Amino acid sequence: MRAPDFRVPAVGPDNPEHQARLLELWEGEPGLKGFLSTVDHKKIGIRYIVTAFILLVLGGIESLVMRWQLASPNAHVLTPDQYNVLFSTHGMTMIFLYASPILSGFSNYLWPLMFGSRDMAFPRLNALSYWIYLASAIFLYVGFLTGNGPNDGWFNYVPYATRDYNPGLNQDFYSLGMVFLGTSTTMGAANFIVTAFRTRCPGMSINRVPMLLWGTLTANVANLLVVPAVSLAFFLLWLERQFGTHFFDHSNGGQPLLWQHLFWMFGHPWVYAIVLPAMSMVSEGLPVFCRRPLVGYSVVALSTVATMILGFGVWVHHMFATGLPGLGLSFFSGASIAIVFPSAVAIFAWLATIWLGRPVITTAFLYFASMILMFVIGGVSGFMTASVPVDWQLTDTYFVVAHIHYVLIGINVFPVLGAVYYWFPKMTGRLMDERLGRWNFWITFIGFNLAFLPMHLTGLFGMPRRVYTYGPDMGWNTLNMITTIGSFVLALGVLLFIVNVVKSLRTGAAAGANPWDAATLEWSIPSPPPPYNFGVIPIVASRHPLWEGRLTEATATSSLDRGFLLDEGKETMGTSALDAEPNMILEMPEDTLAPLLLTVGVSILFVGLLLKLWTAVAAGAVVAAVAIVMWLWPRAQLREREPEPAQPPQREPRHA
Amino acid sequence: MREVAIADVPKLPVGPVGRQGLGSWGMGTLIATEAALFAYLLFAYYYLGATAQPHWLLEPHPALKLAVPNTIILLISSGAAWLGERGVLQRRRGEALAGFGAATVLGIVFVVIQYFEWHAKPFKMGASSYASLYFVTTGFHIAHVLIGILVLMALFVWTALDYFSPRRRLTVTAGAFYWHFVDVVWLFLFTTYYVTPYLGFGQ
Repeated sequence: MRAPDFRVPAVGPDNPEHQARLLELWEGEPGLKGFLSTVDHKKIGIRYIVTAFILLVLGGIESLVMRWQLASPNAHVLTPDQYNVLFSTHGMTMIFLYASPILSGFSNYLWPLMFGSRDMAFPRLNALSYWIYLASAIFLYVGFLTGNGPNDGWFNYVPYATRDYNPGLNQDFYSLGMVFLGTSTTMGAANFIVTAFRTRCPGMSINRVPMLLWGTLTANVANLLVVPAVSLAFFLLWLERQFGTHFFDHSNGGQPLLWQHLFWMFGHPWVYAIVLPAMSMVSEGLPVFCRRPLVGYSVVALSTVATMILGFGVWVHHMFATGLPGLGLSFFSGASIAIVFPSAVAIFAWLATIWLGRPVITTAFLYFASMILMFVIGGVSGFMTASVPVDWQLTDTYFVVAHIHYVLIGINVFPVLGAVYYWFPKMTGRLMDERLGRWNFWITFIGFNLAFLPMHLTGLFGMPRRVYTYGPDMGWNTLNMITTIGSFVLALGVLLFIVNVVKSLRTGAAAGANPWDAATLEWSIPSPPPPYNFGVIPIVASRHPLWEGRLTEATATSSLDRGFLLDEGKETMGTSALDAEPNMILEMPEDTLAPLLLTVGVSILFVGLLLKLWTAVAAGAVVAAVAIVMWLWPRAQLREREPEPAQPPQREPRHA
Repeated sequence: MREVAIADVPKLPVGPVGRQGLGSWGMGTLIATEAALFAYLLFAYYYLGATAQPHWLLEPHPALKLAVPNTIILLISSGAAWLGERGVLQRRRGEALAGFGAATVLGIVFVVIQYFEWHAKPFKMGASSYASLYFVTTGFHIAHVLIGILVLMALFVWTALDYFSPRRRLTVTAGAFYWHFVDVVWLFLFTTYYVTPYLGFGQ
């Protein structure tokens, strides 16, 4: 019988019989096929986190080798060429392959759980963006392992990146790999945006959303608009190297600065894209341990958005030393300094939350709270270099290296480690070891500051970045030794973290649904959550549905145990963008191999482009096309088309 | 803000109905990111043109003999795609097939004429930064046109299979939306590469 095109969604209480029915609908296949075809956001989220963490460890090992080389003057651990490849690969790994994907992983896992929904808006696209991320990471690392890693720094300035100066495959691997990775980031961004606006449970109007929405949504709107700039820059570079175009070479009307403009139009918003979601994790977790709501929810949300809007107009502060006209420099300097205001709003909101709350000191709290300190240090050094004369003094010195590490380790890695302590119980059902956690935190914290606080001085004393060694009488010996010792201590901290994760996975105490007594919806369901997340789609009436008894903010009570059943297929609720009023029933796709097949096709295509094997390019394109047709063919199950023409009616005997 | 009362929830569409559905939002994000890509390509043109030495344009007054008719062909093709969509909306399958078919054919004609236009240019891609930008930017557009043609062909086949109704037709609306976008982008490219030289840019 034909299913109706419209229906009133049934409402009822959550119960075991209903849950069994949902489990049958939502549970993926076991075994290898299930592994390769899953579209479950929780599995994909954890894959993102694990993959990004492995890349963090690889990038960390690369940095240790470099610090070994720099520990003493005139060392010969690495040749200059090896050093070039290592620092470039380290930057590429940390900035592109770790910092953004790890945050995508958390939001991927957490968003539907926080929104009272059963999956992301586009589950198959979600699987595709993970597979492409993995494939492009492998592509880039194959370059590194075959001696063709990037060798011109992560921002890869021309003309050194062009073929005359760089004849090997290094830059081709990097260029094509970055275009490849960019498709994954863009698809992820589209998915986050639509998920944020259309799949929040009824009642979760835009003023009640969890803070994590603000950071991740803002970052991904930016990604959608700026990733094309860097993909284009790298694509033009590849054309310049392989097909004799003239975008960047001055003798034929090109402009080396075109590269810098395109790169930093992307690059600076990207810096915010890899910190704003992490800041939102702090806004999410810190208040829970302070036992009160975040102070200034609305201004923090607005300042998140304001940071990004300003962030679109500051890219030239990476180019102060390139001889641009003074008026332009003043404008970009002013805009960069203005970013202090929204950043300070967040800082004071967190401080006030601690001040007005009753902090419970856990490892997660320590990671979140210490991030505030490092944000201030990294923010102040950023504020300093926003001033043109100071930047001229400090550009290309270790001061800038210290700044970027305070920003990226301080505001990305520390919140991420805190987030693992905070959400690990939800993901695995087990708590992490707190005692080991304290050791882990303090060693990481001391190691990091020991490594990077003195580095500001190294820069002020004039040591240029990206040199493979230095003379013994420059006055940099002690500082470099301290930094090397600090970085090994930091590495020990990360090692302890891994030990804690492995140990807690096996022997951690059972967590229960809500070990931290937190307020948001992900803590209202079992740990780990069932495949369908929520037995009934809840209806929320406040920002803190699980704290309603204690707070006076709610005018009504949320309904968590009674809600929309939506069990006539793989279904979840679609709601309006701002008010989150129910406006459609979403039919969700089944598991499918199409995303993986498409990834295989596109991978073959990129390898073909790299080696200029045009038959491989064509073969890859054909595989990709088949996968896309398979994927997009309108399906009756998803109500993308009318069902088959009417068949003879098959009536089942009715049992009244 | 109004509270959601469970008893108030009306009949809701199951899956995409009309133009309402996540697919419209998905196509919107795709178009936003593609529009950004072309904006960066045009930025590269205006930036290089503004900072270049005199006589940057290799063809100070670009020939319009092929480009103007081709622009009109593409615009008509957009109209044909719109007719195709209207055919689906009004349950007139013949009109829908004619619309998508005509849009596809006109799209192919556009590609063929663009091929001759490339050959008629007195320079090759490696001649200068202007030449590189011209071929790469129009090349990006042609790549989008080719994908648009595949989309129109798919809509043709699916309409022929009688998949759609005025209610279940989000795929049609999204596909036609993409094709209109490809046309609008061309208007920006045409203005930049064929009109601004006559206004004095890059001379």
